[in-house]
Order: sequence, then structure tokens, then C-alpha cells
Amino acid sequence: MLRRTIPMIITFVVGAVLVVSFFIPHRPFGQLGEDFSVFFDIISVFAFVLGGGNLVWIHGDKISKRRPGWGYSVVCLLGFFVTLVMGLLKLGNPWGIQGDVTEAGSMFNSIYEFVFTPLSSTMFALLAFYVASASYRAFRAKNIEATILLVAAFLILLGRTFVGALLTVWVPDSLAFLRVPNLANWVMMTPNLSGQRALMIGISLGIISTSLKLILGIERNYLGADSE
Amino acid sequence: MAKGWYERIRDIDRRWIFLLIALAVVLPLLFEMYFPEIPTPMVKQVYDQIENLPAGSRVLIDFSYDPASMPELQPMAIAWVRHCFLKRHRIYAMALWPLGQQLAVETINRAIDFVKKIEPGREIIYGTDFVNLGYKSGQQGVIKVVLTNLETLYSTDINGTHISKIPMMAGVVNLKSFDLIVSVSAGLPGSKEWVQFGSDPAHVPLVSGSTAVQAPLLYPYYPRQLVGVLGGLKGAAEYEQLLFERKLKPLLEKRLAELGHPAGAEDLVAQAGQYLGYSQLGIKRMGPQTIAHLVIIAFIIIGNITYFIDRRRARGRKTR
Repeated sequence: MLRRTIPMIITFVVGAVLVVSFFIPHRPFGQLGEDFSVFFDIISVFAFVLGGGNLVWIHGDKISKRRPGWGYSVVCLLGFFVTLVMGLLKLGNPWGIQGDVTEAGSMFNSIYEFVFTPLSSTMFALLAFYVASASYRAFRAKNIEATILLVAAFLILLGRTFVGALLTVWVPDSLAFLRVPNLANWVMMTPNLSGQRALMIGISLGIISTSLKLILGIERNYLGADSE
Repeated sequence: MAKGWYERIRDIDRRWIFLLIALAVVLPLLFEMYFPEIPTPMVKQVYDQIENLPAGSRVLIDFSYDPASMPELQPMAIAWVRHCFLKRHRIYAMALWPLGQQLAVETINRAIDFVKKIEPGREIIYGTDFVNLGYKSGQQGVIKVVLTNLETLYSTDINGTHISKIPMMAGVVNLKSFDLIVSVSAGLPGSKEWVQFGSDPAHVPLVSGSTAVQAPLLYPYYPRQLVGVLGGLKGAAEYEQLLFERKLKPLLEKRLAELGHPAGAEDLVAQAGQYLGYSQLGIKRMGPQTIAHLVIIAFIIIGNITYFIDRRRARGRKTR
């Protein structure tokens, strides 16, 4: 009862009210829809606690069992706890415990600015190297589909730079659509757009059917392994 | 047997590719290579949307990105905030990403420093000209709530001041109270969620700035539900160019002349950078991006040439 029926009833009521509130945004449905959204925002705060707990649990377990790469877990937990303590106690904050956690000069802000920001940017920047390497090995005109992909990638890469415009600046105005930036724009706004719209419609239909299954209790995987 | 030049190129160690990409990024930065930017119609529409709002309009800016995407998104965020301050709009900053709050503070402070330098005597006061409402968890749930009632979630700003005590919050009830929503986003939740749960139901115009990877996902909403999208660094650079040409150029010239450093058209940006702290981050970063794109294109061409040579050789062996 507690593990199956009550969660299913909650799912049905909340799901049904949210659907109805979209079409009838008046009392009581409009208010209920808003209240449920607030509940969701409050519950989502606990996801941080859950995420933190999960992080400590997984890496703590790895360290205690000396699994391969446990040294990285030590660094991870150390970073987590140091940042947490700096933020919670607002160490070095010019306004003390009353000040904003992100106040310039605080240790938390220093960690953010001088450790987290450069590390995040570096990780993201590494993508450029892998994209270049992958482009060299993967973008081959092996068949018609691959050739279309290759031509599209080529146009977009060129069209996103000044060189694209420079290469086709000689094209007369009457044939302006053949200039690389215009061709790149056409790729983005016509085939890409059609594909994106088709994907969006498909995904939306999938979401609707999955949501209906959840609301009506047909899909029960979210209840856990022993839900059947 | 020693490898010939063809085999060496075909089987190139990927570390050479990495090295060339590194050089393609570092050298243009060191030698400050700039390329001219020609603003596209979509970028012009975004610019006009902000420009055509009357002074004092309420602009809600959502800083939903993080340090990882900061190099790509920060230039457009700075350009937007500068533009809003120059137009004397009121800025309401918020974030749906935890680290967005800090980026909002950083962006606004940079823009204030610059505006104060070119408009000496101009006062930009917290609570009157801008407010930072900060981050709230709940992703699109936050948008759904502020659509009908902002105070339900944002009862205080980042300093803990109740919104009733912030002058510019007077009259702000929900999303409909704003004249424009600007979403700077690097993913979920971001511009797409703003369209679906915020701007469209509230009938408030929305402009978006997103990473180049995200931008194609937003084009289906353009032009009805999105006024325009600035896609990645390229979009930011075009916006900077437009802002410079249409708004900043006379202001910078005037201010530099007042300071006794008159600049010609050629060295205006450099002079403004030296004496007024003016920067065109997007345009500056487009240099490395352009060269890196060209290197990637070169590798794609080489890769395909070697592929076709291999194929021809394989066919030759079969027929023999």
C-alpha cells in the first residue's frame, strides 16, 4: 500500500491537476497548479542534499575499498568538503556570516574564481581538440548520407567565420544566395529547422504518451524494482 | 619499411592535430587577430528589440550558464547589460543555474564600470537601476511560478533584502510586469523553457543568447516566440559590432576627446580599451575561432583526400 498505491494516487492527482490547470487556469485548478510547482521547487532543493550524500557515499566507498583511481576520489571529496565549509561558514567574507556567500574577497568566491572557473573552462575547451581529431577521422564522404553531412558541416564551419564571406564576396548580388554565409544560413533555417521541428514533435508525442502512462499507473518503473 | 609522406599524413598522430589546434587558438590571441563582423538580420532584430524599448523599461535577464560556457556566453551577456544601461533600462537579474548568480554579479559590475567611464557622473544604483534576484532551484518550475507570482519564490534579493524594500520592485507582480526577457543559457533549463513556460504564456517578448551548439535547437521558435537568437561567439561578436557602430562609437569618440586622447576610426577601439577599459570580448575571441575552424576544415579535406586515394588503391589491387 505505502510503496505502490499511495505513490500512484499522488502521481495521478498531481498529474491530472497539472494537465487540467493548463486548460482551465481558474480556481481551484490554477491555484493548485501553482502550488504544485512551488512544492516541486521546494522538493528540488533536497536534491542537492541527496546529490551531496550520494557523492560522499560513492567516493567514500571507493576510497575505503582502495578501488582503482581511489586517489581521484580523495581529491573530489576534499574539494567538496573544503568548498562546503568555506561556503557554509562564509570564511573570509568581508561582511561576516551576514554577507552574501558570493561576496568578493570571501574564500568561497576565491575558490570559485581561481579554481573552479579555470578548471571548468579548461575542461570545456578540451572539446575543441577532440572535435578536430574526430573531424579528421570521421568526416569522410563514404556514401551519399555522409557526403551530405560533410557538405553541411563544411558550409556551417565556413559560414561561421569571416573567411566564408571573403571567399564568395565576388558572387554577384543577383546570385547572393550562393554566398557561403547565406548558404550556411539556408542549411540552418531550412533543412535543420525542418529536422528540429520533426524531432520536437516526435519527442513531444513521446513525452505525452509516457506522461499518460505514468498518470494512469501503466508505467511503474519509477516506483522501484518491487513495484510489480 | 619507412613510411612515405602519404602514409605519414594518413596515419597522423592525433597529438599533431592537438598541437595545431592549440597554435590556432593561441597565436591569434597573442597577435590579436581581429576579423570584421557583419551583423545578420537576426542579430539586428535582437538589437532593435532592446533599442526600441523606452528608457526605464523593465528587462529581466536570466543568467543560466556556468563557468564552462562562460567564454562563449559572457561576451553577449556583457554586451546586453551595457546596452540596457546605456538605454537606461532597469535590469532584473536572475539565474536558473546555481553558478549563474555569481556570473550575473560579475557581468553587471563590469558593465557598470564601463558605463561610468564613458558617462562620467552617471549613477547606477542597486535597487533603482538593477537588482539581482539570484538563483532558485526548480529549473522550469521556477519559471512556471514566476509566471503568475514572482514574490512566491523571490521574496528577497541575493542580499536578503525583502523585495518590498527595493524601489524598482514596486509594481513587479509576475512575468507580465516585464517589457522584455533576455535568456542567456547554456542548456537546460534555458531559452527553450523560457519560451514554453514563461514568455509565450505571459506574452512578453524574449531574446535568447545560447552556445553555438544549442542555437539550432532554438530556431524552431524564431521569429514568433523568439525575437532572435545570438548563437555562440559569432552572435556575440556581431552584437558587439552593432552596439559599437550604432551606439558606442560617438560616445567613445566624445569621451576620449574629453580626456585628451582623440582617436581616429582606425585606433578607436584600441584607444578606448587603453583609457576606458572598453573590450570587445566576442570579436577578440572570434579570431582564434576562425583560425581553428580553418584548421579543422583543412583536416577534413586532407582526411577525405587520403580516404579517396586509399579507395582507389584498394580498387587497383582488386582488379590486378
